[in-house]
Amino acid sequence: MKLIFEKSVAGRHCDLLPRCDVEYVEVPKGFAREKAPALPELSEVDVTRHYTELDHRVHGVNCGFYPLGSCTMKYNPRIDEEMAALPGFAGVHPLAPKDAVKGCREVLDTAAKYLCEITGMDGMTFQPAAGAHGEFTGVLLIKQYHDKRGDKKRTKIIVPDSAHGTNPATAAMCGYQVVNIPSAPNGCVDLEALKAVLGDDTAGLMLTNPNTVGIFDENILEITKLVHEAGGLCYYDGANLNAIMGVVRPGDMGFDCIHMNLHKTFATPHGGGGPGACAVGCKEFLREFLPASALMQGEGHLQVRAFAGNFLVVVRALTYLLTLGREGVPEAAQNAVLNANYLMQKIKGTFEPAFDRICMHEFVLDLSEFKKETGVSALDVAKSLIDYGMHPPTMYFPMIVHEALMLEPTETESKETLDWAAEVYRKLYELGKTDPQYMHDAPHHAQIGRPDEVRAARQPVLRWKKPE
Amino acid sequence: MNTPTDLKYSKSHEWLRMEGDVAVIGISDFAQSELGDVVFVNLPAEGDTTTAGEPFGDVESVKAVSDLVSPVSGTVCAINEELLDAPEKINEDPYGAWMIKVNGIGDTEELLDAADYEKHCEEEKG
Repeated sequence: MKLIFEKSVAGRHCDLLPRCDVEYVEVPKGFAREKAPALPELSEVDVTRHYTELDHRVHGVNCGFYPLGSCTMKYNPRIDEEMAALPGFAGVHPLAPKDAVKGCREVLDTAAKYLCEITGMDGMTFQPAAGAHGEFTGVLLIKQYHDKRGDKKRTKIIVPDSAHGTNPATAAMCGYQVVNIPSAPNGCVDLEALKAVLGDDTAGLMLTNPNTVGIFDENILEITKLVHEAGGLCYYDGANLNAIMGVVRPGDMGFDCIHMNLHKTFATPHGGGGPGACAVGCKEFLREFLPASALMQGEGHLQVRAFAGNFLVVVRALTYLLTLGREGVPEAAQNAVLNANYLMQKIKGTFEPAFDRICMHEFVLDLSEFKKETGVSALDVAKSLIDYGMHPPTMYFPMIVHEALMLEPTETESKETLDWAAEVYRKLYELGKTDPQYMHDAPHHAQIGRPDEVRAARQPVLRWKKPE
Repeated sequence: MNTPTDLKYSKSHEWLRMEGDVAVIGISDFAQSELGDVVFVNLPAEGDTTTAGEPFGDVESVKAVSDLVSPVSGTVCAINEELLDAPEKINEDPYGAWMIKVNGIGDTEELLDAADYEKHCEEEKG
């Protein structure tokens, strides 16, 4: 399909802007562009059709099953959107006088209070724009803590090899040396490997629990104790909080600071580039280092973003929490875990789980045996799923499993949907044995088949240029 | 799997060839086939030091970013700049596409000959 720029016809236009009803003012010379920008020129119906056509070419949670492991693509209740669209929230100006935005202030304070309760933290900021930014903020808390104590020898952050790639990247961005530790055969932290690297140069540990293979680390109390005994702090990556929210608290596991992706766990559509929002929480002793969370106030030590962060995402999160309530929040987590285990058991016997035990909110299939037998790879299976109107799972992650497919069905899927999905996986397992070529060529019915990822990475074309 | 017998190999899949006092280092055919299409390679600068068992750069494929681990300690005396613009050479000819040359060699990791390295790869594949 053509880009909107390529559909442009000189002189065509639409009347989206109202007639100017104030005095016309020229932009002073030196500030004005010398020639008009090359914006597309189209009629209103052309624009509508363009975006509707794009809409038909994508798959979202509103279209169908979307079990993209590690991403928590769960359904976002409409009421959260309605609240975020209220004019008093949507139209608020970041520089409005304090007494004009008391309602917004209350949203932030109430959301912080509930999220502190859910995570076992004492302080919370909503400044970071999304997950990785939140990790950066959280590790800066650890850095400030050591710096203030004059403890300069702590130069290393420990990260398990199953971690999300953002963890080592965050530690490096904060100026730390990253120490990778291998996972135990059960996919959890290897206590001996951890002990071997702990020392007076340990600044902290970054950990996701449940981890990236969907397993809750049963040694968590021992792990955080060991790190604390070495003088380090424990950072909780909230990527998988959806599995445990309202059930068990990172603060009680021994973590000192955490981040949560509000756009994953607490309802905001994501995956299209944002905006997301991240809440970073900490225990009392780190509170003095938190960035200023107050609207328009800059009294904190740190400022990681202007004003109050992506405020409307916090409105959605608070609405989500108020709608679900004290009983609903843990129930959502329990259903996410139940759905993942149900789907895993239904698929088992064909594609095999990498770790055959009760999982949390997601699980990993290991297709390496299947690939050896049939030549059909995890990528071929993922592409084949598209033909069934289902989003493929996460592929080739975590890297500790070869030919990995990682499924996270989320709490909102019904038994009927899960039964259907399992049936499709079982069908593809049989198809791989009888007609592998068909799967190598999949998808057969999608708008886009197999984009040339290699060329896209080697010679990326990132913007349209007007032909001269 | 192509595993020339005149080279030494590390368990982390780098190959090493001695040219006098200089170690020439690249990644094995097994490594490039496991990585898939390489789209970017990050090499050290001439004059940087390498430490045996520590990363000297990284290589990015469509699948993942992986560390390049130096089998020897020493000083980088040359890098293959051609790879920076044409990383596909690593897939096309892994033993021609050397990455760095190291001199002033100190510590060396335990290295395998071709037969033992092939055994090691079989084990890793399971």
